[in-house]
Formats: sequence, C-alpha cells, structure tokens
Amino acid sequence: MHVFADPTNLDAYLSGFLWILKLTGASAVLALVLGVLLAAFRVSPVPVLRGFGAAWVNIFRNTPLTLIIFFCYFGLYTTLGLTLSDDLDLNNYWLGVVGLSVYTAAFVCEAVRSGVNTVPAGQAEAARAIGLTFFQTLRIVILPQAGRAVVAPLGSVLIALCKNATIVGTIGLIEASSVMKDLINSNGDAVIAIFAVFAGTFAALLIPTGYFFGWLANRLAVKR
Amino acid sequence: MTTGEPLIVLDGVNKWFGPLHVLDDVSLSVGRGEVVVVIGPSGSGKSTLCRTINRLEPINSGTITFDGTPLPAEGKALAKLRSEVGMVFQSFNLFAHKTILENVTLGPVKVRGEKPAAARERGLALLDRVGIANQAEKYPAQLSGGQQQRAAIARALAMQPKAMLFDEPTSALDPEMVGEVLEVMTSLARDGMTMVVVTHEMGFARHAANRVIFMADGKLVEDAPPAEFFANPRSERAKDFLSKILTH
Ligand SMILES: Nc1ncnc2c1ncn2[C@@H]1O[C@H](COP(=O)(O)OP(=O)(O)O)[C@@H](O)[C@H]1O
Ligand SMILES: [Mg+2]
Repeated sequence: MHVFADPTNLDAYLSGFLWILKLTGASAVLALVLGVLLAAFRVSPVPVLRGFGAAWVNIFRNTPLTLIIFFCYFGLYTTLGLTLSDDLDLNNYWLGVVGLSVYTAAFVCEAVRSGVNTVPAGQAEAARAIGLTFFQTLRIVILPQAGRAVVAPLGSVLIALCKNATIVGTIGLIEASSVMKDLINSNGDAVIAIFAVFAGTFAALLIPTGYFFGWLANRLAVKR
Repeated sequence: MTTGEPLIVLDGVNKWFGPLHVLDDVSLSVGRGEVVVVIGPSGSGKSTLCRTINRLEPINSGTITFDGTPLPAEGKALAKLRSEVGMVFQSFNLFAHKTILENVTLGPVKVRGEKPAAARERGLALLDRVGIANQAEKYPAQLSGGQQQRAAIARALAMQPKAMLFDEPTSALDPEMVGEVLEVMTSLARDGMTMVVVTHEMGFARHAANRVIFMADGKLVEDAPPAEFFANPRSERAKDFLSKILTH
C-alpha cells in the first residue's frame, strides 16, 4: 500500500471520490425531480404531455451516456458557449451533472411509471370519483402507494448513477476513475492493489446503499 | 317521491368501446329522491351506464345533464361535478394506505377545503351512521368486506352528494355480509337520497326502488315500477332473465 502512503496520492484518491459523491448527489436530486415530473406527464390525460414524456425517455434512455456527456461538453459548452461556472473544474462538473441528470431522469421516470402501474386502477377511479384532480390523485393516492414498487428500482438507478459518474472523467474532471488511471500509469508495480482499492471503495459506498433501499421498500409496503 | 325537474337526464346516449356498441341510444331520467335499480345480463352495459353519469367514462354522442347542467368535459368543473355524485364500487376501492376515517375525510378536506377537525367530526358521525365507528382508526385491509363497503358508502356520503351511484355494491361480498350493506342503502333511500343502483338483489329492487330498468345489449329495454316489472315483464329478454335469476 506504498502508493496510498504518499500524501499526494491519498489526496488525489480522496478528491476523486469527492467528485463522484458530488456528481451523484446533485444529479440524483435533479434526476428525481425531473423523473417524477416526466412520469406524471406519461400517465397524464394530456396527449402532448404524454408524448413529451415518451420522447424524453426514448431519446435519453437509448443514447450512450458517453455521447450525452460529450454533447454537454462539445455541444453545449464549446459550440453553444454555455458556461456554467468560471472555474474550469466546476464548469466540467456542472456540465457532467446536466448530462447525468437528463440521462438518469429517463430511468427514474420508468421506475416511477412501472410502480404507478402496480397500484390497482380502482384506487385512481375512487379518487377521481370524489372529485380529486389528476395531480391530487397522483400525489395523495397513487404515488404513496407506488412507494414500495418504486423505491427498490430507484435504488438500482441511484447505484448505476454513482458508477456512471466516472464517465464525467472523459471531459476532464479528475474524478475517481481518472485518478485511478493516473496512479496506475505512474505505479506499474501496484496495478492490482490500486484497482482493488478503487473497486473496493465503490463497493463500500454502494452495497450499503442497496441494503438501505431494500429496507426502505419494506417499510413503505402497503397492506391490501 | 319525484318532485320538480329531474336530477339526472340522459338523452340519446351512445358509447362504443372500439367496435362494441355498449350504450345504444339510451335515454333515462332520474327524479330527485328517486331510487332506480338497473338490472340486466352481464355485459349489457350497466356499469358503463353508471360510470357515464359522473364521466368516469366519456360518451360518444348524446347528452347527460346533472342538476340542470350538461356534464363538463374536463378540469375543475368536472372534478366539482364528481364531488356532487357519490360512487360506490363493487370492489370498494378504499384508499389502502389511509385509515377508514382518513378515507372519509380526504374528500371534504382536499376537495372542499373543509377544516380537518370539522371533517373528522362529521366523518365519525357518518361512520357511526353506517355502523362502523369503532373501526375508524383501522386500515381497509383489516376490515371485512361488508365493513369496507359500508366505509366506502360513508366516504361517498362525506361529500354530501346530490346523488349516489352504486355499481353492484354487494356482488363481491360473502353472503352473510350482503344484508348489512343493503340495510344502509335502504335507509339512504328512505331518507330521500337519489340513487342509481346496479344490483341483482331483487329484494332490494322490490322494496326500495321506485323504478326498475332492464338493460340488454346496451339498450334500455324496460322501465317500470318494481311491482309491475316483476309481476309482468313485457319483453322476452326480461322474462328470460328473471326466470334465470329467480329460480335460484
Ligand atoms: N374499458 C373497456 N374497454 C373495452 N370494453 C369494455 C370496457 N369496459 C367494458 N367493456 C365491455 O363493454 C360491455 C359492457 O360492459 P359493462 O358496462 O361492464 O357491463 P355490465 O356491467 O352490464 O356487466 C362488455 O362487453 C364489456 O366487456
Ligand atoms: Mg358491471
């Protein structure tokens, strides 16, 4: 473990994972808000909104994330001049957050929509029959009951998001996988050890996340 | 019992599900305080008829008027209309994640903007009226079918509806629970509630209904007072149907 005994390397390792956590955190919040909104669009009675939701999912779910992140950098930033921060790292960070969010929102939308479909149709009918509006029905009656069926797949989406955050390394943000590549390049004798430390760190972050979402899903279960 | 202008008027209503003509030129009017029982073979369009009255199903042609106004197509006006028409489903459809009392107070609070405390008090009184006040804090899954259906009736009544629609309210119940639900419905009828009731409970039709409507293949075939309908059905379809259900 001589590699990580060097304070410079240790700093790089920590700052790499800090970027991963920041990317995951901001993108998770944005993707959740956007994804729930898209899911509401997709089950709404308004054809235009349904079409918009479906188009979003079809476009972003079927485009490789690498392409989306490249587009954010070369398309939004280089070509269209969209600058999200004067700091170069922060600009790359926010471009990455945009790409990760629009991509992950498509998966959040589908997780929420499939959860909504597990709620019996009679629940929405009863809600409409007492005069609740579409959004009230969704918020008060459907989504709370979709909870269990939504939370477990959302856990998987979050885990995927965290690993996908490494792709932002391709536009110059020195996140964990970029740090790993640098360390391997300069420490050819410790390749396996370096790899194990980085993989182990991801596992240490994500395995508890998976268990947490499983536990949460059980707590949210609704008896029928 | 019928006074003034009718509360519910269907005029030349047609409804298709794809190629299937489920409601075929149906015209019907229900007076204030009137109890109309709808019977007919399975698939004849009884549920669809019921569901068009609060526009859970939109219609293809014809008009439906409720309390003097044509049914609104969308949005707030439609939600308001629905809040004035109570609906009771075969499968109860109580909100599974809410207690019985919350089921009953949800509409008054969220749709009418009633104060929670006032809604609660009224809700408890309604649960008492249908005989399940002691179940108020339980969840639907903890109640028997008969209790759930009575809670569903209380939920509909909490909106102080001008009319109530019942779609086979006792069909999903074990036989020993049918009576307790019919009893609540009979008392509602006696208190002057306007009711459209799809049911195969002929005892209820005889004793509580002002009129019996017989449907077949999406058409309204007969419309008569219960005594007359049961003693003397005019159409072959109705005779055939009655002979089948009354022999067992
Ligand atoms: N949502 C629907 N889509 C397509 N067909 C339907 C739908 N609902 C009912 N139907 C059909 O319409 C006909 C009438 O149904 P319904 O009104 O439920 O009859 P009833 O309540 O008298 O048994 C049936 O043939 C049924 O299969
Ligand atoms: Mg039916």
